[in-house]
Amino acid sequence: MLVTRREFLKTSAVTAGVAVAGMGFALHPVKAHAVELRKNLAEATRTTTVCPYCAVGCGFVVDASGGAVINIEGDPEHPINEGTACSKGSSLYQMANNENRLKTVRYRAAGADEWTEISWSAAVTAIAQRIKATRDATFEATNAAGSTVNRTLGIASLGSAAMDNEECWLYQKMLRALGLVYIEHQARN
Amino acid sequence: MTNHWIDLQNSDVILIMGSNAAENHPISFRWVAEARARGAKLINVDPRFTRTSSKADVYAPLRSGTDIAFLGGMINYLLANHLIQEEYVANYTNAGYVVAEGYAFDPSTGLFSGYNAEKRSYDGSSWVFETDEDGVIVKDRSLQHPRCVFQILKDHYSRYDLATVSGITGTPTELLQKVYETYVLNCYLPDRSGTIMYAMGWTQHTVGAQNIRTMSLIQLLLGNIGVAGGGVNALRGESNVQGSTDHCLLFHIWPGYLKSPQESDTTLSVYNGRWTPATVEPRSLSWWGNYPKYTVSFLKSMFGSAATSDNDFGYDWLPKRDNGVDYAWQTLFDAMYDGTIKGLFAWGQNPANSSANANKVRQALAKLDWLVNVNIYDSETAEFWRGPGMNPADIQTEVWQLPCAASVEKEGSITNSGRWAQWRYKAVDPPGEAMPDAEIMNEIFTEVRRLYEADGSVFADPILNLKWDYFGGSEVPTHLLAKEINGYFLVDTVVGETQYSAGDLVPSFSALQADGTTSSGNWLYCNSWTKEAGNKMAKRERETEGIGLNANWSWCWPVNRRIIYNRASVNLLGNPFKPQTPVIAWNAAEGKWVGDVPDGGAPPLNNPDGTLNESSYLPFIMQPEGVGRIFSNVYPASASMKDGPVPEHYEPVESPLATNPMGHPNRSNPVAHIPPVGGMDLLADPGDPQYPIVCSTYRVVEHWQTGVMTRWVPWLNELQPEMWVEMSEELAAEKGIANGERVRVRSIRGEVQAVAIVTKRFKPFTIQGETVHQVGVPWCFGWAAPTMDKTRLSSGNLLTPNVGDPNTRIPESKAFMVDVVKES
Repeated sequence: MLVTRREFLKTSAVTAGVAVAGMGFALHPVKAHAVELRKNLAEATRTTTVCPYCAVGCGFVVDASGGAVINIEGDPEHPINEGTACSKGSSLYQMANNENRLKTVRYRAAGADEWTEISWSAAVTAIAQRIKATRDATFEATNAAGSTVNRTLGIASLGSAAMDNEECWLYQKMLRALGLVYIEHQARN
Repeated sequence: MTNHWIDLQNSDVILIMGSNAAENHPISFRWVAEARARGAKLINVDPRFTRTSSKADVYAPLRSGTDIAFLGGMINYLLANHLIQEEYVANYTNAGYVVAEGYAFDPSTGLFSGYNAEKRSYDGSSWVFETDEDGVIVKDRSLQHPRCVFQILKDHYSRYDLATVSGITGTPTELLQKVYETYVLNCYLPDRSGTIMYAMGWTQHTVGAQNIRTMSLIQLLLGNIGVAGGGVNALRGESNVQGSTDHCLLFHIWPGYLKSPQESDTTLSVYNGRWTPATVEPRSLSWWGNYPKYTVSFLKSMFGSAATSDNDFGYDWLPKRDNGVDYAWQTLFDAMYDGTIKGLFAWGQNPANSSANANKVRQALAKLDWLVNVNIYDSETAEFWRGPGMNPADIQTEVWQLPCAASVEKEGSITNSGRWAQWRYKAVDPPGEAMPDAEIMNEIFTEVRRLYEADGSVFADPILNLKWDYFGGSEVPTHLLAKEINGYFLVDTVVGETQYSAGDLVPSFSALQADGTTSSGNWLYCNSWTKEAGNKMAKRERETEGIGLNANWSWCWPVNRRIIYNRASVNLLGNPFKPQTPVIAWNAAEGKWVGDVPDGGAPPLNNPDGTLNESSYLPFIMQPEGVGRIFSNVYPASASMKDGPVPEHYEPVESPLATNPMGHPNRSNPVAHIPPVGGMDLLADPGDPQYPIVCSTYRVVEHWQTGVMTRWVPWLNELQPEMWVEMSEELAAEKGIANGERVRVRSIRGEVQAVAIVTKRFKPFTIQGETVHQVGVPWCFGWAAPTMDKTRLSSGNLLTPNVGDPNTRIPESKAFMVDVVKES
């Protein structure tokens, strides 16, 4: 599917309206949004977070209402950014409210030219089968020199500096138990 | 970072080199600005005049890939003028250590002793110090011995005079002098400090690690490590690249920077023996002496009660590398390209765009049997099979694309560049069927384990015995994982006067044991979640007075020490070198340190009467020698540099020069990782007229890394919608290219289509008397987002070479050769 820039902007207009207006296209929506936001924030649940982009580690506050994020802005209490944000941090609202986010599990069969939507359970079953088949077929108890190595060189992993620490720990745990040696991520790029 | 973001405010002079912090770490600049408001000078050295340059007191351009020459000139300047922090250099570094007679550097060949041309590697066994009959290193604190490190350094860098450096870097000599004076004169005195902010502009070179070492030894000579406003500060790019590195999603290390074992490490005991340094140096704590405690605690976290002393704590259940073989990124893609690797997890990463020589990477992906891609957005990696030049019908790779939760849709911690592990909370559920990464791992691993339980086939022990008990209970899985990372007592234990029961969280890594009575997934994160204080990563108490350490805001490794090597911030009596911003200070009356968590609690090195305190120890506790390494020596069980103990300038593998202007025949790093040329591994010959222009890649504030998390964000994509190439007015005039015109940038490996941005920010260099142009391209664009236009060649990494640093194996994306032509 080819999308022109105009269409891309149009599809994002619902969420982008405020920012586009903020760039000088129209002022009324901004005022209306501010009034609405103030009203909604009074009833919202507030949590704190840390920006998922660079590693400065700026703090943000997230207001959610009705199961949706209604505002994200710099955390004024945070000692590093003290409420400020760069352009990426300022756009975090659009990460939480974005029609382009992946919402379904998709499968691309060998030779296919399109995705097929499938269920989690179908995907997990198939992935686990591929992992086991590849691991079993390529597992090396010893290497060419006869030394014990207990590994597979048939599976590799890349990622991820975008995961939480707890997930990184868990991920390396799974990968090393499977016998992977080819484990790399963004730190090498 | 040895220090942290807020600490930048304490600097008297800041050098930003190899980074465009104002653009890529924008909020860091609040603290640069604060330092300037307090009188600090800002220096920026960059091939291009950037947003950072626009705020600098001194800006100097240099040709990409010539940082060692530039900084070598600074070492020459400060040594020739003896502008060093003498007390620090004499006591806290190896400047006075006498190098053994077998060591040599030959300026006529550019080689250090021990070079093997056939293997393109060094045997570093001569890079050692002379020792006495007890094996203790011979030292000359007066720094006069002709073979002491200080004299070797003086000799080595005397060759880096202004004219020589300028001929290499293209920086005018008067600007070189200005940079050297501004930096050194503002921070060589004990009560002044200077810092360096660097990023991929230094690492992405075949001399990347030596770039950083050159600056590190400047910082040691100036007494800038350990002090407030000092240090060596890597500005890391991804939100949790620090944490993911600490947890070692890398082939060569286990969590906490333990080494991953190789085939010759036949037992846990052999492995521990190889990596546990036994030092005979007096007053050296040599913290890695605790190595076995960390490995056994790690194995207990991996395999729980199945790990026992009888089975070496499950040591053999984990994979081993072949001796001396690396499995780094570039090698991994070579193995994928040749068909060895059949299946790939690309989990939260977009290698089709992020990898050097991306064309080869995309072809390698097409050889996989299967690919599992996890992300919050679609990407060039997930869609590689219908990217530019691909025919889906020919590609037999099965691909699963799994949607995951974004940062505000789950709970957990990330670690910033200053080592602060900060807790985040869940605000909302993920959209649609998306799940947190940890839950996706659980789904997959549980199913894999079920399959192995069913047939017990190939080497099922590590899978069946893996401790995996976080999901489905009443406690949030990430809480259990965070606690496991911290570690537990596994038997009732007394520490000091405190009684701990089996199952209690350990308070600190000093309580870890090598006998299987403790667990800790990552010893560096021990102390992050304790019985006494709970989850310290969630702490939110701001500092009201002090130097900005903010000790009660979140938690940082190790043991909440905000500035590492801080025992080097005080003199031999324990008094701060820079008393106006003390990191720690010795309170003699109470017999304890005040301030930051000190690098160990021992009293100062000297007693008040000036005599040696035999129970104290030297400040650089991670080194077996206890001091900062100006000379990167080889010492048992500790790492050394693969390309020499003292940095030397070598040209980038692709450069406009056919010879090394330092006057020796080794044009580029003689041990750089260079795959055999041919097939998809192409390199332009030095001085190749088809590719006469130096090119570098860089980033823009609106996009993040490959753009996978920003090109789908309309506000950001509207601000930076399309690939461009930036060039000087002079080059544009030569080529007849107008600002805004469409052009192609070509390297020998690939090409991109771009809009020409003609600016005054690039200026031609004069290198060895000749005019050399440089251009730059961002690497945040791609064909997938937002248009899915597979005709679009727009990824900067289609141009870059897959040659790499011998120490880190990071590719040389920051200096390579291209041409720019008008779109026909």
